[in-house]
Amino acid sequence: MEEKEVKKTVSTKYLNPYLGGVLLGLVLLAANFVAGRGLGASGAVKSVVVSATTALAPSSEEKSGFIKEFRESHQGNPLKTWLVFQMAGVIVGGFLSGAIAGRLKLKIEHSPKITSRKRLIFALLGGILFGFGSQLGRGCTSGAALSGMAVLSLGGFVTMMAIFGTGYALAYFFRKNWI
Amino acid sequence: MGPLAVNEIISENTNLFLAFIIGIAFGFVLESCGFSSSRKLAGVFYGYDMVVLKVFFTGAITAMLGLLLFSLFGWIDLSMVYVNPLYLPSAITGGIIMGAGFILGGYCPGTSFCGASIGKIDAMIFIIGLFLGVIIFALGYDLWDGHYMAGFKGEPKISTALHLSDGVFALLVVIIALAMFWVAELAEKKFAREEY
Repeated sequence: MEEKEVKKTVSTKYLNPYLGGVLLGLVLLAANFVAGRGLGASGAVKSVVVSATTALAPSSEEKSGFIKEFRESHQGNPLKTWLVFQMAGVIVGGFLSGAIAGRLKLKIEHSPKITSRKRLIFALLGGILFGFGSQLGRGCTSGAALSGMAVLSLGGFVTMMAIFGTGYALAYFFRKNWI
Repeated sequence: MGPLAVNEIISENTNLFLAFIIGIAFGFVLESCGFSSSRKLAGVFYGYDMVVLKVFFTGAITAMLGLLLFSLFGWIDLSMVYVNPLYLPSAITGGIIMGAGFILGGYCPGTSFCGASIGKIDAMIFIIGLFLGVIIFALGYDLWDGHYMAGFKGEPKISTALHLSDGVFALLVVIIALAMFWVAELAEKKFAREEY
């Protein structure tokens, strides 16, 4: 009985997911209304990478078709783009929410069935795959799947189905990491 | 009227400032819903915590209906809103690679920054991985250039592809989402697990 009560208080610390979803939708609507584009995340990482490679190795611009392509579609400083400012905001907003809810804490989150070390190795591998895939798929869960769905984009829908379909297909093999 | 920046109602710098404000709201909402926790996110693949599905689809529906209403009221010109281009082969392979990244890493790019902002070390490592992944893509670009640019289909909308009006398609999405929410609630009861 007592345990049940503890469980209840723990699970109510987060916002109701449906209310959260409506708020997320309003943020996405605001982005489209203001900038004519949805939310994103991986695009900001791309901007930073392009900026760093151009600064460290100016000749790379001619060598990599990828950077050339980015340069052609973005004028000026690659860091002065919408998504870089938006992602800077995400870090501030996440921190504020965590501070208000009392969730600020340095920790490695993992299932009790695996070690912290294993968790970090998988986190790194997962990040590499997601970073690579987001470039190939022209956007991640935010830019392709979520924002794409809002504007009824077929491209966003295809990418979303591929992301979640693969997640479910592989879930069984990695269950120890999460359950 | 909208989109404000595209119609040059607001300046480029105001647009970037608003991007920062919108980002704060985005990060705040994600963190408040628990998207800063990889185990909460991964729950969607095992049924013990369906928060991702609930927030994601409620968000997509809200924005979708909002855009249709704004368009109906003449507040936004939807032809000026960015619709993702479709390059079919890379949209699929990119998605498959991202799905594998999701189940291994427990985060996606947006949520990893959110997790890192409240001190999750695994999220910070995931972000390092993201950068490495993008760098690998850039360095080897010539190797996958052909695949990346293949099968360009323009910027198709699902409603157009199905020969439905945007409104009818939107109604269909809402009905499907409500069915998924019902399944999600059942799944959480069936696969219930201790909170962490």
